[in-house]
Amino acid sequence: MEHQTETQKKVKTSEFPDPFEQARIERGYGDIDDQNDPVTMLLRLKDVRKTAHNWKTFISGATPGRIVVPSEVAIRDIRQIPFEVDPPEHKDYRNLVEPWFKRPLEEEYTAKMTKIIEELVDEVIAKDDIEVVSDFSLKLQSRCLTLLLNIPYEEAETWIGWGVHVFRSEESSTDADKANILFDYLDEQIDRAAENPSDDLYSLLLSSEVNGKKMTKEEVKGVMILTFAGGRDTVINAVTNSLAYFAEHPKSLERLRQEPEIVGKAVEELVRYFSPLTHMGRVVTEDTKVCEHAIKNDSRVSMCWASANRDSAAFENPNEVVLDRKINPHVAFGFSHHNCLGATHARQILKVLINTLANKVGSIEIKNYKENIEEWGEFNRKVGFDNITMNIKGK
Amino acid sequence: MAKITFITKDKEEITVEGTSGSVMELAVKNNVKGIDGDCGGVCSCATCHVQVDAGHTDKTGVASEIESDMLELDDDANEFSRLCCQLQVTEAMDGVVLNVVK
Ligand code: FES
Repeated sequence: MEHQTETQKKVKTSEFPDPFEQARIERGYGDIDDQNDPVTMLLRLKDVRKTAHNWKTFISGATPGRIVVPSEVAIRDIRQIPFEVDPPEHKDYRNLVEPWFKRPLEEEYTAKMTKIIEELVDEVIAKDDIEVVSDFSLKLQSRCLTLLLNIPYEEAETWIGWGVHVFRSEESSTDADKANILFDYLDEQIDRAAENPSDDLYSLLLSSEVNGKKMTKEEVKGVMILTFAGGRDTVINAVTNSLAYFAEHPKSLERLRQEPEIVGKAVEELVRYFSPLTHMGRVVTEDTKVCEHAIKNDSRVSMCWASANRDSAAFENPNEVVLDRKINPHVAFGFSHHNCLGATHARQILKVLINTLANKVGSIEIKNYKENIEEWGEFNRKVGFDNITMNIKGK
Repeated sequence: MAKITFITKDKEEITVEGTSGSVMELAVKNNVKGIDGDCGGVCSCATCHVQVDAGHTDKTGVASEIESDMLELDDDANEFSRLCCQLQVTEAMDGVVLNVVK
């Protein structure tokens, strides 16, 4: 769908339909097959929240890679930390990394992020048409990641070269060769930091103790894989989709310029509406039931954030972007113990991006695009764009 | 002007004054330990959990259904629990004492 067809013209490019509505109302779940390890997708907000909270029946500390959908069991055996560890051990890892991942709230950090994003926006304004995913969002995500890791800015060039996903490629949603590029890279970086400690995240982890034991290189790698994989395509989609939204809602951007105090609410609403991560799985440890539906021991469920975020039991006009939505109990960053570690960084990226666009951009025009549609059994979900060309003009 | 007292987990007492906005915003502005307000006050993160001191609940009123749904899944919640982003700073709140949960 490189060119817009008649039907596409009627639906706005920045509109993201809710494919789960009927199943959510009628059944509350959907069944999907994932590499012969089926998954029951839970679709209602309350069920999703309860499941996320009940870490004893729905565990994260399963075979590494199994709770991710599509499963990554075939491409990694390293445990992502703290994500694939359950309480009580989970808490010690989480406590260790949490302060580091809250640094985006510091003034100095925000100032550096603002500089990175302003520079990039200026860069794309100066150009004619740009392909936003690779020329804007990927660069933005990679450059901002240098702040989160506290390493030199130039390192972003390496990651930009990897493309939009660290595990997925055009050919496969779980690409082992691609995953190995990241794993080898991390081994190198961890060895380097072990020899030459600095004030980066690798060094902090290497010098840390958890549960009375020094972190091993393997554990450090587990944290780093999570940091790289978790915030990659999610941030890229959130940024790209937000630009598409502002292209088609110029008044919203103007409003955000005039009322900067609502930017925080706008960020929450955009992540609710776009839900950059569709769902996340858990492995079930006993025969149980969710919404009257029997779920077998050792099978998998997933908490469908994208569906929960459109649940009309909690959201008025769930399919509309209400920029200053005041009560917005969304789960786009997950819920309970395992909620998104990178959420502070992601929120700050979106805040700074919106402020920068509001101050610098005059108009955004979408030229053409190819939607990224995820297929989950009976559900086809638009999650973003494989590519989208825009013309961004300054004020 | 309303005076609001927070008692943190390490028993520190912080009394602050405000005229408008949410109690969460007031707490964050004054660096009250344990109130993070990650979601900015839209009832999504539960990092603004407080327990209203018994005897002050008439000042705060009761939680909405959406707020109760959030609190229901908080292990430390009790009948006095509120998400303080859902509490507005008004004259009626003057003198309230809030125990920070985290
Ligand atoms: S600040 Fe997020 S729920 Fe109150």
